[in-house]
Amino acid sequence: MGDVLTTSFFIGILASGIRLATPYLYAGLGETLSQRSGVLNLGVEGQMLMGAFAAFYVTFQTGNLWLGMLAAIIVGAAMGLAMAFVTINLQAEQGISGIGFYLFGLGMSTLLFQMLMGTVETVNGFPSIHIPILGDIPIIGEIFFQQNILVYVAFALVPIAQFVLQKTTLGLKIRAVGEHPEAADSLGVSVSTVRYITVTLGGIMSGIAGASMSIGLLNVFQQNMTSGLGFIAVALVYFGGWRPFGVMLGALLFSMVNALQLRLQVEGVPIPSDLMVMLPYVLTIIALVLTVQRVRSPSALTKPFEREG
Amino acid sequence: MKKFDASQIIDALLPVFATLAALAVGAVMLLVLGANPIRAYGALLEGAFGSGNALAETAVKAVPLLLVGLGICIAFRANVINIGGEGQMIIGAILGTVVGLELSGGPGWLVVPLAMLIGFAGGAFWGAIPGALKAYFGVNEILSTVMMNAIAVQIMNYLLRGPLIDPAQAELASKIPQTAPLDAAFRLPRLVPTRLHLGAVIAVGLAILVYILLWRTTLGYRIRAVGQNPHAARYGGIRVRRQIVIALLLSGAFAGLAGVIQVYGLNYRMITDGSATGFTGGAGFNGIVAALFGQLHPIGTIPASFLFGALLVGANKLQRVMQVPSAFIIGLNGLVVVFVVSSDIWRRKRQRRRQIAATHQPERETTLTAESGG
Repeated sequence: MGDVLTTSFFIGILASGIRLATPYLYAGLGETLSQRSGVLNLGVEGQMLMGAFAAFYVTFQTGNLWLGMLAAIIVGAAMGLAMAFVTINLQAEQGISGIGFYLFGLGMSTLLFQMLMGTVETVNGFPSIHIPILGDIPIIGEIFFQQNILVYVAFALVPIAQFVLQKTTLGLKIRAVGEHPEAADSLGVSVSTVRYITVTLGGIMSGIAGASMSIGLLNVFQQNMTSGLGFIAVALVYFGGWRPFGVMLGALLFSMVNALQLRLQVEGVPIPSDLMVMLPYVLTIIALVLTVQRVRSPSALTKPFEREG
Repeated sequence: MKKFDASQIIDALLPVFATLAALAVGAVMLLVLGANPIRAYGALLEGAFGSGNALAETAVKAVPLLLVGLGICIAFRANVINIGGEGQMIIGAILGTVVGLELSGGPGWLVVPLAMLIGFAGGAFWGAIPGALKAYFGVNEILSTVMMNAIAVQIMNYLLRGPLIDPAQAELASKIPQTAPLDAAFRLPRLVPTRLHLGAVIAVGLAILVYILLWRTTLGYRIRAVGQNPHAARYGGIRVRRQIVIALLLSGAFAGLAGVIQVYGLNYRMITDGSATGFTGGAGFNGIVAALFGQLHPIGTIPASFLFGALLVGANKLQRVMQVPSAFIIGLNGLVVVFVVSSDIWRRKRQRRRQIAATHQPERETTLTAESGG
């Protein structure tokens, strides 16, 4: 009996850990592209909140999950474009303007929620897909192959992002612009175009990350429902050494800790829940300390680019 | 000479233009949401300035913004971005409240200053951690301060629901997370028959002190030198890492004091709703907005805090009269931040033009290297 309990306990944590990694992955991969091109987007949290609300509201009204997802993408893209304009054309300090976008997203998503909905509602989010054969494998099937589509796509994006960054012309341009914008510029690469692409893509990915919470994981919208997750995703980019697979490892580490923490709360372990919730944040700080020593950030990160003369 | 003055006035007015632009975008948002922006901003103004009591409430809201904003001025002058005001306020308030509760019955003239000092130190500690992490480990301080906020909230929730909970609340089913009330003798005196308390005087006094600190002391000189050019500062013999820690430490200390003053001046106990803003009212973030609007100058932050305090007070009226949720102000403040930071490009452009003019006309150099002071 005890054996069964522990096995199912760990399967439960691993399965929900994989699921909970989804928003970190979308937001973290988007932020990776943006930072590799030299732009620190700290508005992720605000973009996620807006994406989460847009997806939830449209799904709630139309009953169509894909329309909800489209709404999140549009809202994320709009916020990404705004961030791009402010940091690229107006060369605003990236850290502070990112905080401005965070406050904007926090305030606006709360405002829209209160004005358009008023009460907490639920929707039927993306259902889990039981992948034939693989999903039937005991334990492994339960952990990996009975998730919803957003989870599969998130993990599929990791090698795709890696491929784009390392093997395509666009990836080469992104890295060049992030490491040495002057050299890239002198070779005819448009620094601002590349950064517009990455920052807007980052916004879209953050919007999807929000949607993956409101119509995939939790299927509700509540004000400030991300509660710092977007900032953790930014930290994961540092932790992952600006590499997609590194970000994935970080995301999994965090989501597993979170899953464990949630599970222990459910099991009624006598540690105050307030202190358990603290764990991922403490872990983030430790992770940041450990990584900064070992990897070098893109040289042009946070530096606006301007042609001489 | 005259031309330079005009250009400097434009520089000083840039945040005002930026804020007006943000308000204009806010007006469009209100229109989209079906609210008349003129009536909405009218309600906002009336709520903030419409009566003596409204003015006093605005000043009350401005106190924590100013204190946090002063800390922001110090940190930003060292080129360190402190987003941790919320957490630093919370830690300061917790420690200050514990002092008051433990020394209940003691003499107010001793206990209250002691509580403020301990809260100041608590905020300093909470700020020094990300400061040291940045200085010695290169950890991005924006991320670490955001995490420190989240940690502080959980500490607060744990303490206010557990060990520090008001014994009266512990008996009830509601279990509101709040501490026992402070001794009535510990309440900060009120200035006029409104809720305006001594904290306002303390905050304005400290603004002047911070100005002196930044521009009239060696420490201030070092902090600003590090902010302007860390390499040159290091070459000049300044220990850059130490200044970074000091800047964030001081920044946190002022936020911590803001937390204590919230407790001793306003609520007379520490209370929350389980979120950071439940205790701080968002002052840790709004203080950043005020400091940016005040051009990171301690004296400029005084009227700026008053202005953003007005927005917060007016927001309540906005909610009552127009049914526009007060979250609108959070979003609006975000826009103000984005616009003010973006507007800086025009100041830099003119500065560069001035420098170019200076290299062509060396005799003007003396006026140009003069301390800009903000």
